[in-house]
Amino acid sequence: MKRRDFFKSAVLAGLATAFSPKAFSVSSASKNIAVQSEPDMVAVMGGEPAAMLTRAMKELGGIGQYVKKGNKVVIKPNIGWDRKPELAANTNPELIGTLVRLCKSAGASEVIVFDHTCHDWIKSYANSGIQAAVTAAGGKMVPGNDESYYREVELPRGVNLKKAKIHQAIIDCDVWFNVPVLKHHGGAKNSISMKNLMGIVWDRGVFHRNDLHQCIADTATYHKHPALNIVDAYRIMKSNGPQGKSESDVVMLKSLIISPDFVAADTASMKLFSQVQPTDISDVRHIALAEKLKVGTQNIEKLNVKRIKMN
Amino acid sequence: MKFLKNIRIVLSLLFFIPILVFFLDFTGKLPLALHQLLKIQWIPALLSLNFVGIGILLTLSILFGRIYCSTICPLGIFQDVIEWKSKLFRKKKKKNRFQFSKPQNILRYSILGVTILLFVFESSFLVILLDPYSTFGRIVSQLFRPLLIWANNGFAWGLNAMGNYSLYRVEQIAFIPIAFIVAITFFFLVATMAIKNGRLFCNTICPVGSFLGLLSKVSVFRIAFEESNCNRCGSCEKNCKSQCIDSDTMTVDDSRCVTCFNCLSACKRGGIKYDIRYKKHTANQNQAPVDNSRRTFLLASGAVVGSILIAKANNLNPKKDSILSRKPIMPPGAQNINHFNTHCTGCQLCVTKCPMQVLKPASLEYGISGITQPHLVFATHIFCTYDCNICSSVCPTGALQPIAMEQKKLTQIGVAKLRIDMCEVITHETDCGACSEHCPTQAVHMIPYKNGLTKPEVTEDLCIGCGGCESICPVRPYQAIYVEGSQTQAKAKKPEEAKKFDKVIDDFGF
Repeated sequence: MKRRDFFKSAVLAGLATAFSPKAFSVSSASKNIAVQSEPDMVAVMGGEPAAMLTRAMKELGGIGQYVKKGNKVVIKPNIGWDRKPELAANTNPELIGTLVRLCKSAGASEVIVFDHTCHDWIKSYANSGIQAAVTAAGGKMVPGNDESYYREVELPRGVNLKKAKIHQAIIDCDVWFNVPVLKHHGGAKNSISMKNLMGIVWDRGVFHRNDLHQCIADTATYHKHPALNIVDAYRIMKSNGPQGKSESDVVMLKSLIISPDFVAADTASMKLFSQVQPTDISDVRHIALAEKLKVGTQNIEKLNVKRIKMN
Repeated sequence: MKFLKNIRIVLSLLFFIPILVFFLDFTGKLPLALHQLLKIQWIPALLSLNFVGIGILLTLSILFGRIYCSTICPLGIFQDVIEWKSKLFRKKKKKNRFQFSKPQNILRYSILGVTILLFVFESSFLVILLDPYSTFGRIVSQLFRPLLIWANNGFAWGLNAMGNYSLYRVEQIAFIPIAFIVAITFFFLVATMAIKNGRLFCNTICPVGSFLGLLSKVSVFRIAFEESNCNRCGSCEKNCKSQCIDSDTMTVDDSRCVTCFNCLSACKRGGIKYDIRYKKHTANQNQAPVDNSRRTFLLASGAVVGSILIAKANNLNPKKDSILSRKPIMPPGAQNINHFNTHCTGCQLCVTKCPMQVLKPASLEYGISGITQPHLVFATHIFCTYDCNICSSVCPTGALQPIAMEQKKLTQIGVAKLRIDMCEVITHETDCGACSEHCPTQAVHMIPYKNGLTKPEVTEDLCIGCGGCESICPVRPYQAIYVEGSQTQAKAKKPEEAKKFDKVIDDFGF
């Protein structure tokens, strides 16, 4: 059902070719893994970012399940801060570079990467290492610093947030990937896949004035949801988030959690995080609020989770 | 000796173009080292007590006269460019259009004297307004740069629509009326004087010009008539943009000559030359004796009246709300308010180089004698970047002392003041934490409140006043947390690092 939903929204976005019978039959005839046994979530531990992502995508049936030839792809990492990769304030650049390469190999016509940063966007793009990784992999960095790049969309299922201005790259693409980094967060308690959505939105002041958690959950109801949430837990920030003060805030977990389900991805990430910094998941209120809005499920025991340890 | 004019033009462009482009650049791609060119601007060199720079300038002036005015000063060259291009607009497109005029001695020496006296009494009012380099900086940054950015945004809009992101839009934040008025007033003043009377601005208003005029009266080289070759055609006089050559009496007013060498190029007979002054047989120097008593009187009275007026204007009435009447926030490296206010000439270099555009020219925040000096103005996403010390590293006048990055991260330009009763967490009982999120030192941190909520708290001696908290606080129009500027920039405590986590996690936890 989920995959069908995804294809439906891709069609709505105006890309009929993605749903051509030919493309579909090619992907379902893929020999790697049978369609019905595709996991709902893949968790990998113990490898380098590139190796873990490649392995996880294999488990999910290959990148071709998500990216079709000629697709316009958007990748939304966390590039919020003018920080070097070692501080884990931003998504791992190697992970993003690898994802760009995978998308290109699946025939994506264009791979766009952006974030609505908190620090100076030029410095954040550069010092996060993401700009260099994306450019080297053949992707394109696009600014998110100006209101003119954002267009208003309706959020009919939203409670406090009925509409939001969303970056045109997301609105106009065929498929997008949400690639947050797992972090402690002073305001939202934790920043994972749904908190990362604040980077596709223009006016975030509204969020802080109208119950931050509810607004985050409302944003997750946006009908054009990402094909996958790819949670970078190679390095996590355990304290002083979301910026961090020093490398003492960083813990090397060498992990990666992938799921199309926002709530499941965030729930699993919180369990991983709590081993380092015990945190009550109910304090990260947007996770439960999103579940209430039928964005996803916290009940990961019921999901088909593929756990892989690489060594 | 016609080559001298060509050398002057080449040299002047070598100074002018890099300085102009440096001020215009809004991408931050030009090397910051270009600011070294500004070390041999007179006022910045004097204010920063840069003895090397002063030595170079003094030597040049004593040897060659007002070389500074003709080749180094960007405002001087700017006037030449305007004068040169004004041919397009003038009705009579005469090439040789100048004629000798008398020097405005009283005016120019009064301005020079009052400027110095005011500075001695710790008001840099006239230094700021009249320093030619800073005037140029303000004209470019307030008038030309915004036009360039508009043009860029237009092109960027077109290109971005086609999916090309090689150009990006740059937000133009906050228009400061007073800075704009100062810039545009001087632009028209300088331009009009340049079109009508060549270098009249330099010879009546500019205190640097007047000061150098005194030096050039005794410079080793100077322009003089070669009487045996001269047929009094007057060509030199008509080409003299300083209007200081009197071909009837065959005299040159050295104090106003900016050594542009146009006269040498105009004369076809070698009737005017650039030569050593101190030879055994020098021509009579008909210089009018200076009326000292009158000048002294003018200087003294002008200075006294001016100083009193400015001192009075400095006492502004405080406004009502505490965030509105806060003390101005000086850029890092300013040390203390007296040092900063007396050394900064408001040239706007730091303002144009600030990648966050948080630096803005002041209106009356520093009082009337601090107009256009930079201060920090926070707005959403606009605050002082933690890993940045550009402003202090480019300041040519030493108003901002260079500070190393590690030092900058501990320089307390202000302190955050939290008004907890206005805070979103208290008033709406919801999570927020935007302030703490943006705090690089965690001086603003979250502490338990109730029902799993957390509220902000400020540890003042960790705060460096970057304004991240104020910029993002959702409470508007007056934020629940704001930065009060420090009159003296103290050193903040170094933030303590978190406890390291050194256990090995080898399970997913789910």
